[in-house]
Amino acid sequence: MLKYILKRVVLAALTIFLVATITFLLMNLVPGGPFVAEKSISEQAQQALNEKYGLDQPLIVQYKNYMKNILKGDFGLSLKQRGRTVTDIITSKFPVSARLGGLSVLTALLIGIPLGSVAALNRGKWIDSVIIVIATCGIAVPSFVLCTVGMYTFGVNLGWLPTFGLTTPLHYVLPIFSLSFYPTAYIARLMRSSMLDVIGQDYMRTARSKGLSQFISLFKHALRNAIMPVVTYVGPLLAYTLTGSFIVEKIFVIPGLGKEFISSISNRDYTLIMGTTIFLATLIILMNMLVDIVYKLVDPRIKLK
Amino acid sequence: MKKRLALILATVLLLTLGLAACNKPGTKTKQLVAQIGPNPETLDPALNSAVDGGNMLLFTFDCLLNIDKDNNLIPGAAESWVTSEDGKTWTFKLREGLKWSDGSDFTANDFVYSWKRVVDPATAAPYSETVLGMVEGYAEATGGNLDALQVSAPDEHTFVVKLAYPCAYFGELAAFAALSPVNKATIEANGEAWATKPETYISNGPFKMKEWVPSSYILLEKNEHYRDKDAIKLDSIKLLLMEDPNAAYAAYKTGEALLIKDVPTAEIPSLRENDDFYVDPLLGTYYLSINNSLEEFKDARVRKALSLAIDREYVANTLMQGVYTPAPNFIGPGVADANGSFIDNANGGKPYIDITDHEGNLAKAKELLAEAGYPNGEGLPKIVYSTNDSGYHKVVAQYLQDAWGELGLTVEVDIVEWASFTPMRRAGDYQTARNGWLCDYNDASNMLELLVSTNGNNDGKYNNPEYDEAMRKAAQETDPVKRSQYLHQAEDILMNEAACIPVAYYSEFWLQSPKITGSWFSPYGYWYLHYADIAE
Repeated sequence: MLKYILKRVVLAALTIFLVATITFLLMNLVPGGPFVAEKSISEQAQQALNEKYGLDQPLIVQYKNYMKNILKGDFGLSLKQRGRTVTDIITSKFPVSARLGGLSVLTALLIGIPLGSVAALNRGKWIDSVIIVIATCGIAVPSFVLCTVGMYTFGVNLGWLPTFGLTTPLHYVLPIFSLSFYPTAYIARLMRSSMLDVIGQDYMRTARSKGLSQFISLFKHALRNAIMPVVTYVGPLLAYTLTGSFIVEKIFVIPGLGKEFISSISNRDYTLIMGTTIFLATLIILMNMLVDIVYKLVDPRIKLK
Repeated sequence: MKKRLALILATVLLLTLGLAACNKPGTKTKQLVAQIGPNPETLDPALNSAVDGGNMLLFTFDCLLNIDKDNNLIPGAAESWVTSEDGKTWTFKLREGLKWSDGSDFTANDFVYSWKRVVDPATAAPYSETVLGMVEGYAEATGGNLDALQVSAPDEHTFVVKLAYPCAYFGELAAFAALSPVNKATIEANGEAWATKPETYISNGPFKMKEWVPSSYILLEKNEHYRDKDAIKLDSIKLLLMEDPNAAYAAYKTGEALLIKDVPTAEIPSLRENDDFYVDPLLGTYYLSINNSLEEFKDARVRKALSLAIDREYVANTLMQGVYTPAPNFIGPGVADANGSFIDNANGGKPYIDITDHEGNLAKAKELLAEAGYPNGEGLPKIVYSTNDSGYHKVVAQYLQDAWGELGLTVEVDIVEWASFTPMRRAGDYQTARNGWLCDYNDASNMLELLVSTNGNNDGKYNNPEYDEAMRKAAQETDPVKRSQYLHQAEDILMNEAACIPVAYYSEFWLQSPKITGSWFSPYGYWYLHYADIAE
């Protein structure tokens, strides 16, 4: 197990290095730069800015400097949010996104798994159809529609929920609803099909014939096996949801990382692009590793190599 | 079991409600919640180049001079000012007893430091040349010798600026946010980060920073050390840093925000008649740049034909929902000259283009095109129109396909992402493109300069020695009447040659609750909320 984890860590480092290099290249290939505005700044000011941030150096030198600095844990200054460091931005915004994202994933699991299981156990009955319809809607309706409709209905028209910010628990309701709707639907569908698979298996019949109650046979035997696809899905889901959603954060005015990630690209905030990309890549790799370990815990048949 | 569950649920519910109650803002203090723009890139006066950033700086800083409700210059940190006879020496007399927001003394030396900081190449201030380019020693100072800049403080209450040549609008610049005084102690101690945290954000204006949660809100609190603090009725201003118009609109509808700048354009038709929907002119023009360096556009007749083919009334009143107004001239209403309004004295008081007669204009356009050797557009290559996608840009682009199509031309629309669009336009890497300008100060030269061959913003690469000469004469003229004449001459050339194509004059539209009293909007795009009050 230890050897396995070590191997994965080395691979992860390599992957992150590749991601960083490719992002660096691509980002510099895109036309435009961080210091553009409708009104042009004087050539002197442009020159001074480039010098200040080392953008006047040849690309290969910039790359070397950047890589050296991140090894020291220095992600540099944001080029657009003057006076703030990339580390500052990530550490102040990630917790906001992570809290919201974590709660959303939890909501999705708590609703999606039972929903999928119930649908599978009632296959073909009306309750199954209702759940399938809800799940299909969840997959089909994009989050910006959910956000806006939720905001207008519950915030503006009914006045039940606040429409922006994250100050009270009530503020979390609409963003969590918007963020968790899709994964809930997806998990419900995954759960339904894998549950259907599992309950048709021989060992389930054995369990029932041994005289186990339906409750125990389902929870002890079926759920544990049926949940595997959900575990696979939850790894990357966590990574993406924890780092925030551009749309949800923009509409509900949440100071999270998701918005920084996207706007850094349109702003050509090079250092922030690099910082957020490396951060997201690391998180995804970590989550995938975690998923593999959880696999092993859930299903002892799986061998980690 | 059931009982315990009920108990837990009840506790959770109570806690939730309790937390919700704790976070409710106090009802006794007067707080104005407004949305006037997204998260500012910076609140460092020297580094800011955005209108909304400039607006926020108006709340936190007090320049030498201020601009009042009627756009007149009034005393600010300086109680009086005089200009020497040759127009080159400006002497500002500062008020007694000025303080920084941290209580420390404020002197004329703070202005000396701040203005030198703006020209310091290490600061890389985007507005450096615009606001201080006319000061004696500017060139040398930008080279690194800051002390060459002729700004000085003979005593604690006197600030003297020597100009290399007279500048008619220098008073307006003295009221411009980029020239706000900044606190040397905090900048030296904290570097660029001084402007990001309330503890280090020391200012001298009516409000000071209490909290800044990036991309969420900025909370400004009344500055007890402000010179005119008794005139300030609000306890605080909370600026919501929203980007999404629907979010802003929801915040306004629920009453959480009393003023919002970003109104969803789809809502405009239904809001038009409401008393809380405002449309006010801005000093600026929406125009099209034509790449004059391209062979096909070198003939002024071709450019003029493109200009005349546009039905400006339709574009402004229908496509732009009537929030902008049609532009027959380059310099719009509101800009002053020596004899009143610039537009009233332009072209002998007549608009350059008779926008009421679109049929006539179109016929004239076809004629011009034929004269230039392209009857029915034959022989002209396909025209690419480049624009970024925001506001009304796309509908205007689609309209141009029709309008120029009437001349027999084929138009292709090229939508370019914002960050790539500006550098592309500046490099002259386009055929025709959307453009626009908002005046930094109330003077026609601020816009007319855009077509001077050496100007960094001359996106159209227009190069006409006659035009440059008129602009050069205007810059050096001390007599305001003669100076205005040169500027009018320049606009005559620009319009007769269709150096660029003005389409509409900008306006700002916003929603403002009737509860706000005593605020005003200036045509530079700023909301003056600092003297506002909230009626219960």
